[in-house]
Amino acid sequence: MNGNGGAGTAVLARGLGKSYGAVPAVRDLDLTVSSGEIFGFLGPNGAGKSTSIGMLSTLLRPTAGRAEVAGHDIRHEPDEVRRRIGLVFQETTLDVDLTAGQNLRFHADLYGLPRREGRDRALTMLELMGLAERHSDPVRTFSGGMRRRLEIARGLMHTPRVLFLDEPTTGLDPQTRAVIWELLHQLREEQGITVFLTTHHLEEAEHCDRIAIIDDGHLVAEGTPATLKAVVGADLVVLRTGDDDTAVRTIRERFGLEAIAEPRGIGLRVSDAAGFVPLLCAELTIPVHSVTVTPPTLDDVFLHYTGRTIREIDDGGPQTKG
Amino acid sequence: MAPTEAPSKSATTAPPALISWSGSAHARHLRTVRVMWQRELIRLSRSPVGLLMSLLTPLMFLMVLGTGLNSAMRTAGNDADFRSYFLPGMLLMVVQAPAVNTGVSIVWDRQAGFLREMLVAPVRRSALITGICLGGATAATAYGALVLGIAGVLGITYDPLLFAPVLMELLVTTLALTTLGALAAVSIKRIETFQAVVGISMMPLLFLSGALFPVSGLPGWLNGAVLANPLTYAVDAMRRTLSDAGTGGGPHWWGWQPPVAVEMAFVGALALVVLAAAARRFSRID
Repeated sequence: MNGNGGAGTAVLARGLGKSYGAVPAVRDLDLTVSSGEIFGFLGPNGAGKSTSIGMLSTLLRPTAGRAEVAGHDIRHEPDEVRRRIGLVFQETTLDVDLTAGQNLRFHADLYGLPRREGRDRALTMLELMGLAERHSDPVRTFSGGMRRRLEIARGLMHTPRVLFLDEPTTGLDPQTRAVIWELLHQLREEQGITVFLTTHHLEEAEHCDRIAIIDDGHLVAEGTPATLKAVVGADLVVLRTGDDDTAVRTIRERFGLEAIAEPRGIGLRVSDAAGFVPLLCAELTIPVHSVTVTPPTLDDVFLHYTGRTIREIDDGGPQTKG
Repeated sequence: MAPTEAPSKSATTAPPALISWSGSAHARHLRTVRVMWQRELIRLSRSPVGLLMSLLTPLMFLMVLGTGLNSAMRTAGNDADFRSYFLPGMLLMVVQAPAVNTGVSIVWDRQAGFLREMLVAPVRRSALITGICLGGATAATAYGALVLGIAGVLGITYDPLLFAPVLMELLVTTLALTTLGALAAVSIKRIETFQAVVGISMMPLLFLSGALFPVSGLPGWLNGAVLANPLTYAVDAMRRTLSDAGTGGGPHWWGWQPPVAVEMAFVGALALVVLAAAARRFSRID
């Protein structure tokens, strides 16, 4: 690993780990995120996502390994890292009694922006986030989506190289989510900002250039959404028939495939569903009500790597915050 | 770092330049202190109703209790104006709440999440907490100035020239109270525990300071507590500044009565030590 992480590397972690006493929260994390990338950190609650972001943003001290963010070591040059990163946390960190403009001004002051520049920057950012006309309104009156946008505006005030977002769209309605994603893509296109975000929404990970799946404190897979899905490889075919038992038997006898009961019918995995479905329908003598073909999703990828679906994990038992 | 303007939009190949630090490291720390100081004052101005309400109780004490006790003492053949005796104690009661509120605000900022916005900024945490404490002390002293002014209007006599020195003493005293609150706030994470600790510790601090009655009346075994209490010196210094009456009742170190300047230096030194401890605790990264 070279000293400054290389010009094209925004985040570089090697063997990064954090334990609380004997309990590891994150283990042996290796990450390389290129500049200008939208990188998604995917995992269930409690997998270690927030701990990882906490370490990369210098808020938590790693107990093992090392990392560089925007070319600076997180442990030895925390201030250099801090001025080059923007952070948007899972929970709001705005002063709701202040106006949008005052929140941004406080940020500008803390980050040592010259007064005039801070003012200009605040206006530009509010404009970008579609909040320009709410400049003088107290944050108390803002909706959840507006607050999130304001936090992103604030995180961008000091022209960071890397923007960290912890669960940026949690608790927002689909429409607002779409707006946020549009903004993130726009930021990457226009300013070349690296976006590093965590999510436990698999649909959201599709927006990322690259994703890493973290489960139980360690990285289980990494790659583009397409590559990861290609690993799973097979399409899911779901059939609704008049006689499921006969259908399962026929499929086993004719194709040597094991169909399993799905909530919506019977399901089976095949590598080329488009070619398989006509053959299947020709073989089945019983009535077929419907056939659906689903290409592999990130949920399948997650299942493949962890043996569980992300929803099973999120639904089960009490959790600690990731 | 080149002091370039950051364009809001530019091509992917040329990301916006990093905004330069303005000024030296020293100037930056001072700016951090100032920003935090300002925020504490803004917090004060946000709730003028709360400010007025918090003044009501001590003023009522001064007017009703002070006047009542005054006449009681007159009947008992004592000539001293109890209200004048009571004034430093009442000033303490007034500034206590806003000074400690600074600690509350730290705990509250942590609860609300706003603290993280400060923690992740590229600034010294010691500068953050120094600014917070100075802001809290300034706000609390402003309360004290208000009450001191009202007391003058209400006919509690003191030399107007003494206004400035008493305010200085109040500033040092409130700084000590604020740093104590801040130390508790950065050490205790749970808001309920913090409130309990502050609530429990404030009463004895006040009672064992001579603010409300002469400590000479207390049992001897409490003497150590009285002498260790910073408020003892603050009250005595203010009392001696405001009037010549009752100068003998203050704390003595092995038979020697420290002069006002020494008393205030003691309180100020304590404030600095506690501030350093709070800054140290605040700077620790988990």
